[in-house]
This record gives sequence, C-alpha cells and structure tokens, in this order.
Amino acid sequence: MPSNLELSLYVFMLATFVGLEVIRKVSPLLHTPLMSLTNAISAISVVGAILNTGAEGATMLSKVLGFIAITAAVTNIVSGFLITDRMLKMFHKREEKK
Amino acid sequence: MAHLVNYIYIVSAALFILSLKWMNTPATARRGVFAGEIGMLMAVTGTLLAHHVFNWEWILSAMLIGTAVGIPIAYIMPMTAVPQRTAMSHACGALAAALVGTAEFYRDPNQPKYILVALMIETLLGFLTFTGSLMAMGKLQEVLPQRPITYKNQNVINFTLFAIAAGLGVRLIVVPTDTWIFPVFAGLALLFGVLLIIPIGGADMPTVIALLNSYAGLSACAMGFVLDNKMLVIAGALDGSSGLILSIIMCKAMNRSFANVLFGAFGQIQTKAAHAEQRPVRSASPEEAASILEAASSVIIVPGYGLAVAQAQHKIRELFDALTRRGVDVKFGIHPVAGRMPGHMNVLLAEADIPYDRLFEMDDINGEFGQCDVALVIGDNDVTNPAARTDNTSPIYGMPILDVDKARTVMVIKRSMNPGFAGIDNPLYYLDKTLMLFGDAKAFVSEIIKELPARVAA
Repeated sequence: MPSNLELSLYVFMLATFVGLEVIRKVSPLLHTPLMSLTNAISAISVVGAILNTGAEGATMLSKVLGFIAITAAVTNIVSGFLITDRMLKMFHKREEKK
Repeated sequence: MAHLVNYIYIVSAALFILSLKWMNTPATARRGVFAGEIGMLMAVTGTLLAHHVFNWEWILSAMLIGTAVGIPIAYIMPMTAVPQRTAMSHACGALAAALVGTAEFYRDPNQPKYILVALMIETLLGFLTFTGSLMAMGKLQEVLPQRPITYKNQNVINFTLFAIAAGLGVRLIVVPTDTWIFPVFAGLALLFGVLLIIPIGGADMPTVIALLNSYAGLSACAMGFVLDNKMLVIAGALDGSSGLILSIIMCKAMNRSFANVLFGAFGQIQTKAAHAEQRPVRSASPEEAASILEAASSVIIVPGYGLAVAQAQHKIRELFDALTRRGVDVKFGIHPVAGRMPGHMNVLLAEADIPYDRLFEMDDINGEFGQCDVALVIGDNDVTNPAARTDNTSPIYGMPILDVDKARTVMVIKRSMNPGFAGIDNPLYYLDKTLMLFGDAKAFVSEIIKELPARVAA
C-alpha cells in the first residue's frame, strides 16, 4: 500500500497537469472572472477550518483561529461565485443584444 | 456516513475541474460557475453532516458573518474596483489557510515529519500571501503609493529575512516542541509579504496579482497534505496552476522574467529615461477628432488603465454605437497587461455592454492596424510604444506591443504630455500622423460624441 503522502503527491501531480491543460484553454477574455472563480474554489479550505474548529475538545485558540478562517473563507466563497456570475452575465455577442 | 463523505469529495473535485473547463468560452462559463457552486455546497454540507462536528455556534456564526460580508462585496463592488477585490480575496484565502495551519500546529506539534513540512509550507505561503495581497490591494486602491518603494540593499534584506523564516521553519520541523519559535516564524513571514510587494509598481500588478493567486492556491493545497484531504489538494493545485499560467502569460506580454518583476523595481530604473527633450506634437480638438472618426471606415480602439481611472467605459460604448451606426467598423485591441489585472479591460468593456466579439487579443488584431484608418488610444502608454520594437536602449525593448503606429491616423487621448507611470517617453506621440487629444478620457469622448450628430444634420 502506498502511504498517504505518496497518494497525495500523485493527486497533486495529476491535478496540476489537469489544471495547466484546462486553464490554458480559457479565453483571455475571461481571465478576470477565471481568477475570481479559482479563488472561490480554493476557499474550499473552509472544510479544513470546519474540521479544526469543530473538533471535540478544540482549544480556545483553535476555535478563535478557526472562526476567523471560516469567516474569511466563506467571504471568498460567497463573493467569489457571485461576482464571477455577475461579470459573466455582462459578456454577450452582438446578435444576442435586444 | 464518514465513508460517504469521501465519495462526495470526489464528486466535488470533479465538479471543480468541470467548472474550470467550462470557463473556456463565454457561452458555457456561467454553467461553470454553477458547477463550482454545487461542488462547494456538497463538500461543505457533507463535511458538516458526516463528521462529528462540535462547536456549531462558532462555525455557523462565522459562516453567517462571511455570507453577510460576501454578498454586498459581490454586488456593490464597481467593476473598476475588481482588481482590489481580487487582491482582497487572495488575502482572505491565504489567511484562512495560514490560520488553519497554525491551529493544527498548536493542536499537536508531534506529527509525522512530512505533515510538518507541508504545514510549514502552508503557513509560510499563507502568511506572506496575506500581507502581500493586502499591500497589493492598498496600491490598487491607491491608499499606498503606486510607485515602487525602494531602499538600499532591498533584495539582500528581503532574501535574508526569507532565509531566516525558512530556517526557523526547518528548525520547527526538526524540533516541533519548541512551539515558541512559531510566532517568530509567522511574524517573519508576514513581514516578508509586505517587503516583497512594496517595491513593485502599479503597472506590474497584473503579474503580481496572478502570482499571489498561485501562492494562495498552493497554500490551500499544502493544507490538503496536512489534513490528508485529496479534494483540498486538487482544488489548491487547480488554483495554483491557474495563477501560475496567468503570471506566465503576463510576464511574456511584458517580455520579462518572474525574477525581474519581483526584484527589478521596474519604475525606479526607468525614471532616468523620463527627461526627454520637449519635441513638438500635433494636437486636435474634439471637433477635428469627430470629423476624422466619421470619415474613417475602420477604427481600432486601444483601451488601457486610464480608461478605468476615468470610468470612461460607458462613454466609449456610446462612441462605439454612434460610429457603428454610421457604418464605421469599430474593433477593440486589448493588450494582455492593459489594466491592473489579467482580463481587466474585457470586463470593463463588457460591463458597458460592448459585444465581446468586438474585443480582440493582441496577436489577432496586430495584423489589422496596417489597414485601419484610425487607431484611438485611450489611457494606454507603454503597450503602444514603438520603441519596444525599434530602440534597443529602451527599457521596454522587446516587449510585444500593439502596432498602433501602423494605422493611417493615430489619436491618443491623454491628460498631458507627462510620461506615463513607468516614465518612458513614447515616440508614438511625435509622429506626423499622430494627433494628441488632451483632456480627461471621459470628458473628451463625450465631446466627440456631441460633435458627431451635429455633422450628420449639417
């Protein structure tokens, strides 16, 4: 059995290549919304913050740090997805104009 | 249940990849956002329900505050302020990763070595990206001076500081029980973030923002290693590679290396070149500009950061409509580093309702300047400077530019003859075919539009 480290490294390596391939195909038109979208997605670190804060017998330090981390990450998730959508709504071709 | 959540994470990770894949064209991009949202929702609810989570009051109140802050940011933020918001969200993401790492370290410093290595990378990158992004945000919001702040031996001091921080990190990995070192380590990382960004000038912000994006992603990725959560590794790696690609594109568009952007203090070097002799230029009134534009059959508009500063995007749209109605073919030529972040100009023009099939990238439009009647440059400077092609003593020599000087007539809207941010004189302004339109971009474009209908009536 490979260790957790090895598995994580494999996942990291593959995800980086997938990321590079997928992102390279993104039209430069959309680079700004792309950045706010990836930002929202990487705020998935909220999962780590939840597990940390919500652990049984978490210390006060853990809870306070986790509280700040969750607030920051959720701010990113909410504002990131919403502003990306707001930007994308503005992009349209001439024919689609009313 | 605890097993089930791992499968949920796999689906979430797949949705994140799809989300980015659908971003490749505007037609599917909104579907991409939706996929991302679903993935996020599944992962977060799955985590909350599957694990034995305690301290609900802390978690839920933090989520509530985050939502309450996030919604107004998304809807009230003007599009011209998007670079600042992006810098702020890099700061928030990096802070979250750094704090989770910190909490994890104090929870149990005696973890396997590889986890400690990941933990130190997570916190080091997280803290330095946090303060670095705040500095970038301050510069973009113009709370801090946009010019590079430099001092003697800057790079030596910065490198030393970083080496000490990294050294303390290694020490913590070897002897994790010396927890008192951790605050020093974190403090140095925070300080290094500040020092890394203050010498970088406003014009280099697109690269810096992209690079900070990459760091914030890698920090979240390292957290995945620490918590042994593969979905975090994937999401972080996607963000990290996205930031990396964008910064490479930005660097190429400026013909510079990473090292040069980060440690070159661009604007500083170039102030030497700023004192060029005064040469005569031709200027024109809005009336003259209007009559030339009206007589043209093709016009390429080249927007830059000045357009964002003047908030002129809606006036440009009116000009675009007015000219299009008169049968003039109007296109937009957009340089990759125009503005303050990747894609900045596209978003502003889209906000003003300009169809995106009229927006062209540098490589696609450059061949067309030769056949174009008028190139109208608004608030752009260095990316139109022909010295980049011809003058090998110029600091920007070799940088790919928009070939506006090949158009039959060039019009440049500019406040004054003061050299732009980087302080490089632009020979474009002294060409015989160049007309300088002095004034505020928004006001000048309105004047031109006012002149247009009058001519039709006459």
